[in-house]
Amino acid sequence: MGMTMTQKILAAHAGLSEVKAGQLIDAKLDLVLGNDITSPVAIKEFDKHGFQGVFDEHKIAMVMDHFAPNKDIKAAQQCKTCRSFARRFTIEHYYDVGEMGIEHALLPEKGLVAAGECIIGADSHTCTYGALGAFSTGVGSSDMAAGMASGSCWFKVPSAIRFELHNQLSTGVSGKDVILHIIGKIGVDGALYQSMEFGGEGLASLSMDDRLTIANMAIEAGAKNGIFEVDDITIAYMKDRVNRPYQIYTPDMDAYDTIIDIDLSAIRPTVAFPHLPENTKTIDEINEQITIDQVVIGSCTNGRISDMQIAADILKGKKVAKDVRVIIIPATQSIYKECIKRGYIDTFIDAGCIVSTPTCGPCLGGYMGILAENERCVATTNRNFVGRMGHTTSEIYLTSPAVAAYSALAGYIDGPKGEM
Amino acid sequence: MKAHGSAHKYGDNVDTDVIIPARYLNTSDEKELASHCMCDIDEDFTKKVKQGDIMVAEQNFGCGSSREHAPIAIKASGIDCVIAKSFARIFYRNAINIGLAILECEEAAERIDNQDEIEIDFDQGIITNHTKNESYQAQPFPDFIKKIIAQGGLLKSIAKGDQ
Repeated sequence: MGMTMTQKILAAHAGLSEVKAGQLIDAKLDLVLGNDITSPVAIKEFDKHGFQGVFDEHKIAMVMDHFAPNKDIKAAQQCKTCRSFARRFTIEHYYDVGEMGIEHALLPEKGLVAAGECIIGADSHTCTYGALGAFSTGVGSSDMAAGMASGSCWFKVPSAIRFELHNQLSTGVSGKDVILHIIGKIGVDGALYQSMEFGGEGLASLSMDDRLTIANMAIEAGAKNGIFEVDDITIAYMKDRVNRPYQIYTPDMDAYDTIIDIDLSAIRPTVAFPHLPENTKTIDEINEQITIDQVVIGSCTNGRISDMQIAADILKGKKVAKDVRVIIIPATQSIYKECIKRGYIDTFIDAGCIVSTPTCGPCLGGYMGILAENERCVATTNRNFVGRMGHTTSEIYLTSPAVAAYSALAGYIDGPKGEM
Repeated sequence: MKAHGSAHKYGDNVDTDVIIPARYLNTSDEKELASHCMCDIDEDFTKKVKQGDIMVAEQNFGCGSSREHAPIAIKASGIDCVIAKSFARIFYRNAINIGLAILECEEAAERIDNQDEIEIDFDQGIITNHTKNESYQAQPFPDFIKKIIAQGGLLKSIAKGDQ
C-alpha cells in the first residue's frame, strides 16, 4: 500500500522511508506559529520548564491578531508578553499592529509556508496552509512551547479521505460553498483524526483563495489537516513569495481509505445554520425570510482580496438594508491597501458598511461586532457555535462573501439564486 | 492512579467555545479560566462541580478552537477525568500534554447519567459506575502517550531530553 501526501511529508520529516496510519512519529518542523491568545500560555510553559533558547528564531511566527489592536488591558498584557518573548529570542517573524494581519492570510502572503513543509500552529485553522501542499495542523500551547524549544512534534500518522474534484464551479459559487457542502455531507466529525486530501481535474478551476478557504475549514470536519495537490496555480502563487527550495509530493491513489467524488458544477451557494457548520442548506432550500442584524465579511476563512472583490462587486452603487450593521475586515495590510487602490473601501463605505483594520475580532466573539440577545448574523467566518460571536441566544449563519453581501442588501439571508 | 467522583453529563460536539468562551481568553490564569468553565451551556457547572468529579460526553468532545485554555479550565475546575465516545484531535493532544486524564469509552458515555458516582482505575482502564453497579472497559493509552503522562506532561518530557 502506498502513502498519502500527508504521510509522505510526515515520513520525510521523521527521517523515515515509510510511515503507516496509526504509527506514532516524531517529526522535524519547518515552522511553529502562535498568536496573542495561545502564545502567552506557551511562553508561560516554556519559561516554567526552564528552556533557555528556541530551536530556530527564523522558524517561529507570532502574530498579534485575535484581540489586537488590544481590545482591553488584559489583551494588551498578553501582547506585551509575546512582544517581550519575541525580542528576547530575536524571533524574526513577529508581527504586531502595523505589520500584522490575520495569521492564516498573512503567512501564505509572506511566503512563510510552502509545499512539502511540516508546520504546526497553536491555532486550529493552521490547517489553511495545506492549500499550498504543506502538512499543516493546529495544536495547543504546550505543543507550541515544545515545538519552539525542540523543533519537533509528535504525531499519530493519519489515514485520509480523498476528495476527487470534477468539473468547475458555477457563477456565484466559491470555495466557501465547496467546504460547507462537504461538511454538510460528512459532518463535523466526518474526518476525525484523518487528513482531507484534495485533487482531481476540477482542481484547475479553483483559485488559491478558494483552496485556502477550503483547507481552512478542514478542522470543522474534525480533520487533522486538509491538503491540496500542487499544480501550476500553486507554483505560480509561490513563485513571487517563497525564496527557498520546496518539495512537491503526489499521493499514491491506493493509500486512501475512502474516495469521495465532488462535482463542483453541482454545488450551490450554501449556508450553515446555527449552531454547527454541518447544518447546511443550499440557498434554494431556504424558503423562509430569515431577517438579520449584522453581517461580517472577513476572517482567516474569507478575508482575502478575491473575497473583498466579490463583496464589492455586489455592493457597488447600492445601500445595505437599514437595520443591518455590516462589518468588513480585509485580512492583511496588503489586502487592505489593495482594497483602497481598487476603490473597494469607497464602495463599502458608500454602501453603509464599516471597514476595520485586520483582526480576528468578531469571529470568535472578541470585539468589533459582538451580538446581543437573540440577534442574528450572517458571517463569512468558520464557526457558528453557541455564543461564538456574543450572547448565547444569538445566531450565526456561515456563508460565502457573495451570500453575505446579498444578505446585507436584503436585510435577510439572500444569495445569487438565479445564477448558475 | 485512580479517580472517584460525580458525573457531569453532556451531549455531542461540546465545543471549546462553550467550554471556555473566547471573551475570557484575555487571561491564562487557571483559576480565572475555571470560574467561567462551561458557563455557556451549563450556568451552574462551577457551583456544582467538586474536586475529583468526572465529566462525561458523547461524540467529538472539545471540537473547535485549539485553545489549551479549555482543558486547563476543566482541570482547574476540579474535574479529574473526561470520558467521551470520541474527542476532537487537538483537545485530545492538549489534554494529554497538560495532564488532564481522558478516556474514550462508548459504553460508559452511553450508560452514565448526570450525577452518577463514578470510579476510574487508570492502570486497568476500568470505569466503575457505583450508582448503577456496572463497569465499563476503556481504551488504554498507547505506551508513547503513557510515557508523556508518566513524565508529568509533554514539556517535562522534552526538558528531560527523553523525546
